[in-house]
Amino acid sequence: MTVQGVLQIVVLLGVVAVVGIFMGRYMFGVFEKNKTFLDPVLLPVERSVYKVCGIDPTQEMRWTTYALCLLAVNVVGFVVLFILLGLQSVLPLNPAHQAHVPFWTSWNTAISFVTNTNWQNYGGETTLSYLSQMWLTVQQFLSPVSGICILLVVVRGFSRSQSNTVGNFWKDFIRCLLWVAVPFAILGTIILVALGSPQNLHGYIQVSTLGGGHQKIAQGPVASMTSIMQWGDNGGGFFATNAAHPYEAPNVASLLVQLIMGFAVSAGCIWLFGRMIKDVRQSRAVFVAMAIMFSVGALVMYHYELVGNPIVNSAVVSAKAKTANHTATYRSNWEGKETRFGIGTTTLFENSTTAVSWGSTAASNDSLTPIGGMMTLFNMTTGEVIFGSWGVGMVGMIAFAILAIFLAGLMVGRTPEYLGKKIESYEVKMAVLAMIVTSFAILVLAALSLAVKPGISGIYNPGPHGLTEVLYAFSSGVGNNGSAFGGLNAASPWYSLTVGIAMLLGRYAMYIPLLAVGGSMALKQRVPVGAGTFPTHGPLFIGLLIGTVIIVGALIFFPALALGPLAEHFSMQAGRLF
Amino acid sequence: MSYRVLWSSLRLVLLATVVLGLGYNLLMTGIAELAFPHQANGSLVKYNGRVVGSSLIGQQFTAAKFFHGRPSATTPPYNASASSSSNLGPTNPILVKQVEHSLSKILESNPGVTRNQVPNSLIESSASGLDPDITPTGALLQVQRVAKANHLSVNLVRQLVLSHVQARFLWVYGHSYVNVLRLNLALEKLVGRKGIGG
Repeated sequence: MTVQGVLQIVVLLGVVAVVGIFMGRYMFGVFEKNKTFLDPVLLPVERSVYKVCGIDPTQEMRWTTYALCLLAVNVVGFVVLFILLGLQSVLPLNPAHQAHVPFWTSWNTAISFVTNTNWQNYGGETTLSYLSQMWLTVQQFLSPVSGICILLVVVRGFSRSQSNTVGNFWKDFIRCLLWVAVPFAILGTIILVALGSPQNLHGYIQVSTLGGGHQKIAQGPVASMTSIMQWGDNGGGFFATNAAHPYEAPNVASLLVQLIMGFAVSAGCIWLFGRMIKDVRQSRAVFVAMAIMFSVGALVMYHYELVGNPIVNSAVVSAKAKTANHTATYRSNWEGKETRFGIGTTTLFENSTTAVSWGSTAASNDSLTPIGGMMTLFNMTTGEVIFGSWGVGMVGMIAFAILAIFLAGLMVGRTPEYLGKKIESYEVKMAVLAMIVTSFAILVLAALSLAVKPGISGIYNPGPHGLTEVLYAFSSGVGNNGSAFGGLNAASPWYSLTVGIAMLLGRYAMYIPLLAVGGSMALKQRVPVGAGTFPTHGPLFIGLLIGTVIIVGALIFFPALALGPLAEHFSMQAGRLF
Repeated sequence: MSYRVLWSSLRLVLLATVVLGLGYNLLMTGIAELAFPHQANGSLVKYNGRVVGSSLIGQQFTAAKFFHGRPSATTPPYNASASSSSNLGPTNPILVKQVEHSLSKILESNPGVTRNQVPNSLIESSASGLDPDITPTGALLQVQRVAKANHLSVNLVRQLVLSHVQARFLWVYGHSYVNVLRLNLALEKLVGRKGIGG
C-alpha cells in the first residue's frame, strides 16, 4: 500500500464529516425548524406546489397513512415512467433514432428508478433517447426523497413521545424535494460541466480521427443527469459504462466532486438524526461505526487490486525476472480500470458506490480481483448501512442498533432501551423481518437463477466468478444499490423479472416494517436515563454495532461467498483458470 | 381517502415530470451552453480547421508514427457510441489470452522493449473502452518507435511526452497520465513545423 492510497481515504472521510455536519444542520432546518437561508426563494414555490397538487400540508398523519401516501407516489411514478419509456419511438428529442424500448427493459427500468436502485439492464447511449433520459431524472429526484421520508418517520418515533402521528408526508416530501434535492443538483450540474461533462441536445458527432479512421461520438444532456444521479445516490448513468465513461467523469477532480456529492446527504442524515433526538453524540458513534467499516473495505479492496492478478502477471513477466526479483510479479490489476483514476481512487470510488449505495461505477467490477469484488458484495449484502442511500442507510443502521441493544439486553438480562424508548418484542420482530427479507430475497433468487435454464444461460464468466455475477445482481437489486458487476445478461426476461422483484422487496418489504417501528415508538413514553441504561454513544456500543452488522448482516452470506469470490481467490492464487 | 391520495400523487408526479424532467434538464443545457460552451459541446478538438475528435474520448491509433492508447473492449475498438468494458473475470482464460495478445503486439511494434517493461495498464483493457489516456510509463515506452517513424530525435519526443504529463489531483487522487490525442496532435504539429522548416 502507498501513502497516497491510505491518505485519500482519510482525507475523503474528513471532508465527508464536515459536509455531513453542515447538511445535517441544514436538513434539520428544512424539516423540523422550518427555517433555512433558501426560504425567501423557496417558500412561495412550496405554496404553489401544494395548490397545484391539492395538498393539505398541515394535517398530521399516522404512520399507516404516511406509508400509504408514500406508496401512492411511488406506484404512480412507476406507471407514468413505464408509459413514457414505452412511448420513446414516437416522442421527440431522439436525434440518435433510438428504437422502441423493449417491454422488459421498461418494466425493469421503471422499477429500478422508482426504488432508488438505478440498476440498468440497457446501455444508455445505445437504447435511450435524450427525452427518455430526462424522464429518468424525474425519479432520480423523487426516489431519494422517498428515502428521507422513511427516515423522518423512524426518527420521529424516537423524538416524539406518546404521539400517534409521525408528521405529514406531503410536507416532508415536497420540502425535501425543493430544499435538499433541486438546488444542489443545479449547483452540481454547473460544477460538472465546468469540469468537462457535456450538456447539449446535439446528435451524435461523426468525426474523422487523427489516425485516419471514423468515430461517432455520443452526446447529450450528460451533466444534469450525472449531477442528480450522484447527489441523490441514484447511480443510473447516462452511458453504459457510467462513471468510467470519460464524458461522465472526465478527470479525477470531477470524480472527486461526484464522490463528495454521493456522500453528502447520507452523511447529513446521521447528524439530522442526532439533532432530531437532541443528542449529537449518537451521530458521532454511528459515523465512527460506518467510517470504520468503510475504511476496512476500501483498504482491503485497494490492497488486492494493487497486487493484482497473479495468473495474468506470471503470463506477462518473464521467468528470468521472476527469479531475479520476487516483487516483479506484483503488478496492479488494470483490467476494467481507467488511467486517470489510477488504482487507488478507482477502488475508493467502487467501495463508496457500493457502501453509500449510489451505484455508478468508475470501473468494471466484473474484472476486479475476487477479493476486491467480494468487498463490493459485502457492502451491499450488509443491507446498505455503511452510509447507505438517502435516509434508508441511516434507517437500516437504526434497525441494526435496535438488534444490537436487544442482543446486549439478552446478555445482561434487562429490558433493552434505545434513545430513551423501550425496545419490546414488536420492534425487534419488525427489525428482524426487515433483515430477513433482504437476505432471503438475495439467496433465494440467486439459488433459483442457478436452478433454471434461463438463469444459467445468462451467465458470462465460467467457474465461481459466474456465481459471483448472479449474487451481485440480486445484492445490488435488493440493496437498491444498482451498481452492475456486469457479465450477466441482465436484459433477458428472466433477470429483468427477478431483479425487478428483488428491487421491490428491497425497498418495500424492507422499509415498511421499519416505518411500523417508527409508528410504534412514537406512541411510547420516554423513559428517563438511569444507572441501568446502556450508553449508545461510546466505543463499546460502536463495537457492538459493527459486530451486529457483520454477524447478522454478513455472516448469512458466508457460504455463498465461500463458493463464489473466496473459491475464485484461492484458485487464482493456485494459478487455476476456469 | 385513498382516491384523493392517488389524485394528488398523479398531479405531483406529472408536475415533477414537466418541471424536473423537461425544465431542469433544458435549463441546465441553456446555462451550460452560455457559460461553458466548449465543455457543454463535448470538448471537441480541431486540427487544421477540422474537428478530429474530443480530447476526452480515446481514439484508435495503429500507425507506428503515433502513440497508441490502451486496448479497447468496444466493437469496433474505441466505439464512442457504445461504450463497454471487457467484463472478463480474473480467472477467465480469455482474459489471459487477450493480455498475451496485446503484449506480443506491443513487443513486436516496439523493438528493444522487454516484456517486463510493459505496464499492465497498456495491455489490459479500460473500463469504458474509450480511455483517452495512458500512463507516462506507457508513453515513454513508445518513444523510440515514434521518434524513428517520424524521423525525430528520441530526446525531442521524450521531452514532448514529459511536457504532456498530467500530475495527480491534490497530490493524492488519481494517477499521472498522458492524453494520447493531445500528445499525437502536438507530435503532428512538430513534424509539420519541421517539414516546413526543411
